[in-house]
Amino acid sequence: MTEKTDTARRARMGLVAKAPPARLAALMAGVEVPGFDWLRAPEVGGVMVRGRMGGTGAPFNLGEMTVTRCALRLATGEVGHGYVQGRDKAHAERAALVDALMQTDRAEAVQAQVLDPLAEAALTAKATRAAKAAATKVDFFTMVRGED
Amino acid sequence: MYVAVKGGERAIDNAHTWLTEERRGDTAVAELGTDQIREQMSLAVNRVMAEGSLYDPDLAALAIKQARGDLIEAIFLIRAYRTTLPRIGTSEPVDTGAMACDRRISATFKDVPGGQVLGPTFDYTHRLLDFKLAADGEVPETPQAEASGADMPRVTEYLNRDGLIQSEPESDETPPDMTRQPMEYPANRALRLQALTRGDEGFVLSMAYSTQRGYAKNHPFVGELRIGAVAVEMDIPELGFAIEIGEITLTECETVNQFTGSKTEPPQFTRGYGLVFGQTERKAISMALVDRALRWEELGEDNLGAPAQDEEFVLSHADNIQATGFLEHIKLPHCVDFQSELELVRRIRADVDNAAMKEAAE
Repeated sequence: MTEKTDTARRARMGLVAKAPPARLAALMAGVEVPGFDWLRAPEVGGVMVRGRMGGTGAPFNLGEMTVTRCALRLATGEVGHGYVQGRDKAHAERAALVDALMQTDRAEAVQAQVLDPLAEAALTAKATRAAKAAATKVDFFTMVRGED
Repeated sequence: MYVAVKGGERAIDNAHTWLTEERRGDTAVAELGTDQIREQMSLAVNRVMAEGSLYDPDLAALAIKQARGDLIEAIFLIRAYRTTLPRIGTSEPVDTGAMACDRRISATFKDVPGGQVLGPTFDYTHRLLDFKLAADGEVPETPQAEASGADMPRVTEYLNRDGLIQSEPESDETPPDMTRQPMEYPANRALRLQALTRGDEGFVLSMAYSTQRGYAKNHPFVGELRIGAVAVEMDIPELGFAIEIGEITLTECETVNQFTGSKTEPPQFTRGYGLVFGQTERKAISMALVDRALRWEELGEDNLGAPAQDEEFVLSHADNIQATGFLEHIKLPHCVDFQSELELVRRIRADVDNAAMKEAAE
């Protein structure tokens, strides 16, 4: 696979992993799902999250988070992987389906029906939070400055 | 000496049934949903995730409900669940510099680039009970302002530019994991940070407070405190590249501490570091102070014999699940142990009485 398609795949897998499961389910309702076989049935596990000392130094173990993963193969042969935060097996399944479908000739439709709305919602959510934070930014006025 | 006994099954069953009823409370009052706990008791949820050492808000909310609001019991439930999870992998170290900050303040630089952002804080509230909360659920609309989108660079980076603060050595060394290997002393800083971030908030707070009151004082300033969301990336072997598998909220605190210099180091500032799951700022600040106190040896400072400098004392007492397990086990039947103690005390008293009688007779 070329570097460019890797980058695109990386981006969409991250988008689907971070999407609210209910939102992804609602968008996927309009997508015709082909038959598939499990390569790895959905499995819940833990991922150890690491941080860095001082934010930039040597790594240390911060604690785990729950993650659900699965892998499937469409009847047409494409393999999709799903890795999502939390314990929602249906979320992981949908993530893997999106990954697989994006390798088929239905990629454009899935992009328009699922990925674009998810990306837009994620941007809006992030912007709203940033705007609320910006409204709590302090403006200082120096009232009196102590001299010597 | 341990003696196995049987019995009490019916009493135990009935006790558990009653517990279930008491947990529910007055059924005329609507039952609390775990989604309500997750959304409206979010700081309790954050504490349970941090000390349970598992980031999953739904599970933490369930644990709080099951534990009737006893947070240490809830943490216990999360720790027990955590041990059942197969380890899928390890994330790339999170990039807190790229955090989408809800809050970001510096006590050392008023005009820090990116600004002082207060976020949804209790600071500057009057700490007066708000009876409106008991009456209605009206929520005012939160004001919004245009976000500049500018980076929020680390405050310590400024000091670092002038060499005024100790730099944080870069490394990609695999850190030890206390959930996989037993604790060993002396512990390196990576192990200490892991133990502190999951340590009991009250204990870590008190240890930090003791350093402020003079037991190994290290003159901390909060160089920076930030709270917000960071993406978690993990390398996926079957893909051959890393993807973002989720997003978590973290609280990070960097302290800037006085350091007068040593034989090999010029006077400069040093650092303490706190990083904790969720919005947990009291814990993150405490962690940074204790981290700094525990670094006395590598910084060439004197051991003043202060509790916060004693890593074995701090790390082996920071875990509230270990502590409560050992503490609470003494309420379980110790009848045989006690029987032998009782006999011993009776024998000693008899010996003393006999000796006294003998003395009187002579």
